[in-house]
Amino acid sequence: MSSPEFSDGEAPAEKVTEVSGTGIPVRGNDIDTDQIIPARFMKVVTFDGLGQFSFFDQRFDDEDNEKDHPFNEEQYRGANILVVNANFGCGSSREHAPQALMRWGIDAVVGESFAEIFAGNCLALGVPTVTADQEDIEALQDYVEANPDAEVDIDVAAETVTYGDTTIDATVHDAQRKALVEGVWDTTALMGANEGAVRETARSLPYVPAEDVPGDGA
Amino acid sequence: MSEGTLYDKVWDRHKVTRLPTGQDQLFVGLHLVHEVTSPQAFGMLKERGQEVAFPERTHATVDHIVPTGNRDRPYRDEAAESMMAELEANVRGSGIDFSDPDSGDQGIVHVIGPEQGLTQPGMTIVCGDSHTSTHGAFGALAFGIGTSQIRDVLATGCVAMEKQKVRRIEVTGELGEGVTAKDIILTIIGKLGTDGGVGYVYEYAGEAIEDLGMEGRMSICNMSIEGGARAGYVNPDETTYEWLKGTDAFADDPEAFERLKPYWESIRTDGDAEYDDVVTIDGSAIEPTVTWGTTPGQTAGITEPIPDPDDLPEEDRDTAKRAQKHMRVEPGDTMEGYDIDVAFLGSCTNARLKDLREAAAFVEGREVDDDVRAMVVPGSQRVRDAAEAEGLDEVFKEAGFDWREPGCSMCLGMNDDQLEGDEASASSSNRNFVGRQGSKDGRTVLMSPIMVAAAAVTGEVTDVREMEEVATV
Repeated sequence: MSSPEFSDGEAPAEKVTEVSGTGIPVRGNDIDTDQIIPARFMKVVTFDGLGQFSFFDQRFDDEDNEKDHPFNEEQYRGANILVVNANFGCGSSREHAPQALMRWGIDAVVGESFAEIFAGNCLALGVPTVTADQEDIEALQDYVEANPDAEVDIDVAAETVTYGDTTIDATVHDAQRKALVEGVWDTTALMGANEGAVRETARSLPYVPAEDVPGDGA
Repeated sequence: MSEGTLYDKVWDRHKVTRLPTGQDQLFVGLHLVHEVTSPQAFGMLKERGQEVAFPERTHATVDHIVPTGNRDRPYRDEAAESMMAELEANVRGSGIDFSDPDSGDQGIVHVIGPEQGLTQPGMTIVCGDSHTSTHGAFGALAFGIGTSQIRDVLATGCVAMEKQKVRRIEVTGELGEGVTAKDIILTIIGKLGTDGGVGYVYEYAGEAIEDLGMEGRMSICNMSIEGGARAGYVNPDETTYEWLKGTDAFADDPEAFERLKPYWESIRTDGDAEYDDVVTIDGSAIEPTVTWGTTPGQTAGITEPIPDPDDLPEEDRDTAKRAQKHMRVEPGDTMEGYDIDVAFLGSCTNARLKDLREAAAFVEGREVDDDVRAMVVPGSQRVRDAAEAEGLDEVFKEAGFDWREPGCSMCLGMNDDQLEGDEASASSSNRNFVGRQGSKDGRTVLMSPIMVAAAAVTGEVTDVREMEEVATV
């Protein structure tokens, strides 16, 4: 589990230096956000309770019978590290996708590659998206399948994933790593501190009327 | 790194500062808001006791959940009603302009921004919607953001971003008969892949792009995200300026137009700009193009065979096999003759007046196949009104199409407009993901509006070039 250390800022920016726990593999390239959470479950005004709808249409048939899917399998109950393949999270910008996974209990996602908006949304929730080579990912998926109770450790700062006797050379994107390790991923607080400079930039743009910039025309 | 591109220039003009994370803080020139991705952001804002920093730079509409049939309030769908009510309370309480259904200006957020002149060259534009890339057609830097970033923008007027690479995609030559902007972008995604654009912004250029009107450019930029690129743009030119002159922003204020034009000209990509990558595509070789699978990258020209998964790069094989099983198609066949049950003409990709005009011109004097339910969902109330003024609604209705109220509709099935069971749809929308159109067994074939019109008439995927012209009365 990540260790909560709150910074002095007004917002709770938590340092996420490492994530440990058990893994759950979801195989396949191009798993899109409509698969992660179908649009019909987005008719809500909060993110509460979205966890149960993760991969819903992959997990249940029309009669609500369970289908074969790792998220249905007993041995992965309590798993918090999702291991996926290439271009995971492609499609829509819906933060409902990482919100659903996080509320299911996922604390980090390890995969071959991620769609950009998805990775950005994960960062906003303090969920690392860690990448590694196809071979390493497939080996990790095999390991997790064979050893669902075994511990997997992600070191965000050192960019490694360790399981059994193996340590994978992984990548955590520079800005993401810095944000997570230093606990500065709450960008609202970060950017809010630069209010004066924001107004200056706004005023310098020919298309922004003076009255649109707070403190100017009002 | 790129240098001297529109992307570099717009970025620099909007950069506030470098953040400790290594990201840049960018000022947002226009923040568009809709009902699905914003309520949680307004909620977070409230929790923190903050207010909307730049309400005048923010504009809202309702599109995803809004019914396209009976729109009496309260909506029959309680969830839709509560989302609408939440949006109304949030925007009215914050002083944000709202193109609501009573205004006559409501529509899909990526249709109303350009038609009202909110979208302008050289702006940074964001919205909690991945198809925000659409606005890049005007030479804006426009991209989709998640809900936590919406909170950032509401609270600070800014987003935190890392600069990306720029790939110029040059589409040369003239398009053939029956070939449209939609076919260009489906071809691009087919060639470069659904993740080919990750880490890139796409600059679309070349004769075939320059020849397009704004509607076509919007269809192309719209689907940048389907190719993995968060943003895509076309440099502004006379075509752009002509469109802008007719919008609310400038129709009655030619002085504002003249005042801003030098800025728009200044942010155009320089002749000696440097790119991180350049791709050239022969526009004259593009056919009417459709998808055969369940990602927008699984495309084929209408006369081209569906590929054998074993002939594809290793990483694409499993996805292709699953897609072909879901779609029930066989390698070696073409998509021509694929039976369809539903024809959907709509979405932020292809529901503008020009799209409807072209489809109507084809439909006139023809009838929708008996086994097909066909619908037209105009992109906005203004598009609807303009189409009705031209009598397009009558053309569609006479042919057997359902003429509906504006919204996202069957593109993503968040209202009653959904596929049922394993229905196959010919769709002018942007995503053919499994389950996308409301039924997890539903099958979606993406294509241009005129190809949707042709499929509606024949009941199967049809090469529009093979259809004889119908003499209009």
